[in-house]
Amino acid sequence: MKGMKRSLLALAVAGALCVGTAQAQISGNVIKIGVLSDMSSLYTDLAGAGSVVAAKMAVEDSGIEKKGFKVEIVSADHQNKPDVGSSIARRWYDSEGVDVIVDVPNSGVALAVSGITKEKNKVFLASGPGTSDLTGKSCSPNTVHFTYDTWMLANGTGTAITKQGGSSWFFITADYAFGHALQRDTTAAVEKAGGKVVGSVNVPINTQDFSSFLLQAQSSKAKVIGLANAGGDTTNSIKQAAEFGIVKGGQELAGLLVFITDVHALGLQTAQGLTFTTTFYWDMNDQTRAFSKRFAPQDKGIHPTMVHAGVYASLLQYFKAVEALKNDTDGVKIVDKMKSMPTDDPLFGKGKIREDGRALHPAYLVKVKTPAESKAPWDYYKIVSTIPADEAFRPLKDGGCSLVK
Amino acid sequence: MQALFGQLLIGLINGAFYAMLSLGLAVIFGLLNIINFTHGAQYMMGAFCAWFLLNHGIGGVSLGYWPSLVIAPIAVGIFGIVIERTMLSRLYKLDHLYGLLLTFGLALVIQGLFRNEFGSSGMPYQMPSALTGGVNLGFMYLPIYRAWVIVASLVICLATWYVIERTKLGSYLRAATENPALVQAFGINVPRMVTLTFGFGVGLAALAGVMAAPIYQVNPLMGADLIIVVFAVVVIGGMGSILGAILTGFGLGIVEGLTKYFYPEASSTVIFVIMVIVLLVRPAGLFGKEK
Repeated sequence: MKGMKRSLLALAVAGALCVGTAQAQISGNVIKIGVLSDMSSLYTDLAGAGSVVAAKMAVEDSGIEKKGFKVEIVSADHQNKPDVGSSIARRWYDSEGVDVIVDVPNSGVALAVSGITKEKNKVFLASGPGTSDLTGKSCSPNTVHFTYDTWMLANGTGTAITKQGGSSWFFITADYAFGHALQRDTTAAVEKAGGKVVGSVNVPINTQDFSSFLLQAQSSKAKVIGLANAGGDTTNSIKQAAEFGIVKGGQELAGLLVFITDVHALGLQTAQGLTFTTTFYWDMNDQTRAFSKRFAPQDKGIHPTMVHAGVYASLLQYFKAVEALKNDTDGVKIVDKMKSMPTDDPLFGKGKIREDGRALHPAYLVKVKTPAESKAPWDYYKIVSTIPADEAFRPLKDGGCSLVK
Repeated sequence: MQALFGQLLIGLINGAFYAMLSLGLAVIFGLLNIINFTHGAQYMMGAFCAWFLLNHGIGGVSLGYWPSLVIAPIAVGIFGIVIERTMLSRLYKLDHLYGLLLTFGLALVIQGLFRNEFGSSGMPYQMPSALTGGVNLGFMYLPIYRAWVIVASLVICLATWYVIERTKLGSYLRAATENPALVQAFGINVPRMVTLTFGFGVGLAALAGVMAAPIYQVNPLMGADLIIVVFAVVVIGGMGSILGAILTGFGLGIVEGLTKYFYPEASSTVIFVIMVIVLLVRPAGLFGKEK
């Protein structure tokens, strides 16, 4: 809140000083980025303040300010409530001169923000949310979905585990847009690979005790228990699954969306052996390591999650588009420009943004190391296989996006 | 049918936590008339205390689960006593609402500070090795730790109830609630007794926190959602009724467990639905006395 006030003040001063500079199409003479995230609840560590850090690093590394553009970052907490997120987005667009909203971890909030962004013709760079509907039936010419989505997680993890013999599944699903999308997409992937789904249970978000649900999963006799949830819900369910001897009893646990902060919170003793899909790991190459080395000290030692990386990379592409157009007011135009240029950034490598707004890059099937294999703090993943960009995400024609002709 | 037995037992385990937490609240409210909204934060502090003792220890000596069960409640209890002496004691003459607002604010501040320092994902806390593993009961696999939670919680609840309702110390306490001036006239130091009782109630929250640490993540927000549920438990049981808090704690754990089985989507709301019904039918709660 304090940061927001300060930035507002800075905006007022900047506005007063810079009347009539060269960039006439830059609204308020400043590119204003709104980082809308979960700053206080279960997704804070995987996005939250780290997403603001990532945005700042994108501004530094893009060199956009040296090219004569002024950039300002504001942030707010959507509290995982679509109504709260919507009203912040409206206020930002209507009266505070925000040009682009980034992050928004929580599919329910993200769908709402995507709608408002379209209505106001601004830009929404989604890194935090999972639902593949953002580039499917709810796609928008003003939204770019970076980082990951439920189809990609389902396809990566669901297919791999089913092919390894996990032929029957039971889902423990977070009871909101994201969980339902993840379960739907994973079910499709499992069935395509020849498996079947024997049952599921919808669990309210932010549940502490999963034992009842784990017991139901246990008695379903399914070979695989799919966790269609995220953040604190995932860590609590994994921890309690260990307690109830789920894996020892012969069932396999599939964390469908696991972030490195979750693995860190669980500790390797509990998390070892988990297999899941991610699009970014800090220890992949020199560039990702350099990024993480700069990032961690600014975010309480947390190493960047794929959501943080996505905030950074999507903003780099946004800046390129704004720079080329010398315009930050027409959202559709900017997003079209972002789609027309190939993406190339230090964290995700070369890729592109498709006409439905989906950013394409490789995905990685990873396995969590055992405590003995881990050599240093945050040394957590082994990369099992790489899924190339054109296979990692849902085929364009299957999404049902109205932008695709 | 077998699955149902499992769910009942799980409900009982969760009920054990509700009972322990609502017991602390009921003691503090019943004897001191303070609505202690920091209870959830103090539960969280108990868990963090255990985490800290394990990872940093005292003077470099790492202390595990068993010492934490004693040290954490005392440490957090002392913290509670400081709050009672420096802040709450100034509000005794005012309406309950002021105490509620103060403790609610304090809870937000404490949780905010912890979240700022430790983040939201929480810290791992390994189960003590003596309590790992489990037994197959035929209808379900019961982790030994959960069995220990039920037993420990029952012992604590019954002991507390006994002390307050059946001993001389308890009778002093109850008398002091009714008429502090008269009890003081008999030579009993009422303010000190009040302070210690508050510390004891807070200690109970911290104890529940230590017991929760190996099952849940040690997380700054672990008490934030729980406290609302626990308040509902206390309201249903009847504010201030100790036996009511214990019985409703276990009972609602079971009701919630059954909801998780039959209609999981409603499991986070069912307790509040019951609360509304109880308030409409018996405003003083199931075990409370009309005043």
